[in-house]
Amino acid sequence: MKSESVTQAKKQPDMIEPLFDLILSALILATALAAVTGRQVFRSVIFFIVYGVLIAMAWLRLGALDVALVEAAIGAGLTGVLLLGALGRLKHLGQISATSLSIWFRVAMAFSAAGVSLGISWAFITLPEPVGLQAAVNTQLTIAGVENPVTAVLLNFRAWDTLLESVVLLVALIGVWSLAQNEDWGMRAGLTTHSPSDEVLTSFAQILPPVGLLVGVYLVWAGSSQPGGAFQGGTVLAAMALLIVMAGLMAPPRVGSTAVRLIVVLGPAVFLAVALTGALSGQFLTLPPAMAKALILGIELFLMLSIAATLMLLVLGPPESKAKQ
Amino acid sequence: MITSAMIFGLCGAAVIGIGLYGFVIHRNLLRRVLAFNVIGSGIFLLFGAMGYRSPILGADPVPQALIITGIVVALSATALAVALVVAYARATGQSTLPEDGAEHKTEDKADER
Repeated sequence: MKSESVTQAKKQPDMIEPLFDLILSALILATALAAVTGRQVFRSVIFFIVYGVLIAMAWLRLGALDVALVEAAIGAGLTGVLLLGALGRLKHLGQISATSLSIWFRVAMAFSAAGVSLGISWAFITLPEPVGLQAAVNTQLTIAGVENPVTAVLLNFRAWDTLLESVVLLVALIGVWSLAQNEDWGMRAGLTTHSPSDEVLTSFAQILPPVGLLVGVYLVWAGSSQPGGAFQGGTVLAAMALLIVMAGLMAPPRVGSTAVRLIVVLGPAVFLAVALTGALSGQFLTLPPAMAKALILGIELFLMLSIAATLMLLVLGPPESKAKQ
Repeated sequence: MITSAMIFGLCGAAVIGIGLYGFVIHRNLLRRVLAFNVIGSGIFLLFGAMGYRSPILGADPVPQALIITGIVVALSATALAVALVVAYARATGQSTLPEDGAEHKTEDKADER
């Protein structure tokens, strides 16, 4: 599928595609600049969200659909929610200072940053001809169990990275939870708010989640042969859960409840168990080709649940009864 | 001919510069977290463009997988950083770190006492 689109692109040497890329790059740079230098923090965060969506489009142009899905869901979506939530809390504390440094310092820093960019650009342009790992991945793809090369790399060839990544999520959650005040421990995750019922948000939160659930599970299932996978699916599920919580239709789970802990640990635990079983029959983290597809789908399903729960809890933050001055 | 990889690679390099600039000039911690994310996504874009330079081979799946891992790890780090900023603001009433000079002054005062 990818090679087809590449040959198509080669057949039409018109100027439309480079022009599109140039305009998209210009928009990316403009929104990045607006996000970084905006006067109000709120505006910066909104520009950052727009920037994330544009970057996801850039990933489409670079033939990386899997990355585009993750970027749109996490880079633009969840990071935006996270920053907006933090902004709300800081405002509640009356702490949004906009002190910036002297103009001469800023000019000097602008030149230094431009220098860094130019240096990286020079390094990029003068890179030697690419060799690429496409050939290596493609020759091994027959025994990987899945047809999507990105999923094959994530869950089979470089499963070590993915296993550790799921542990990183877990460690980050422990870190976030450990910032809870003593008296708030064991309460519901996030800032307890009594948000006024917003009809638009409520109806969204009633209509969207069934569709989101379907899309999330489909992304994991489809991830074996098409773009998608546990991270994409898990993020969609996390977004749906956040929507329900933010609309006030469901209270967030209590920090430290056994069920929550089990769900959060399940994915990495199943992954590790499969890895250790592989170690008994030969090598750590190797999947037998005959069972690879079933094992990968199994791991992905549990990973999706854990990723969804962990991402939701990370975005909600530590339990907070009320913002104290 | 200009390729997509070339355009977005250079775009990524420029984004890294923009993020670095934002990271250095702001003292507001939330803005620094945001700028840090901009730097990160610029690096991802540069890396992804590097994996797409050969039109015959297509997109390299290994950088893609690493970038997906990177985006998720970046979110985890951002969540932890944001929680730290909020906790810091609650403890000190500040959303910016003290300047080096100011820090010394308070230390001096403490010594005088």
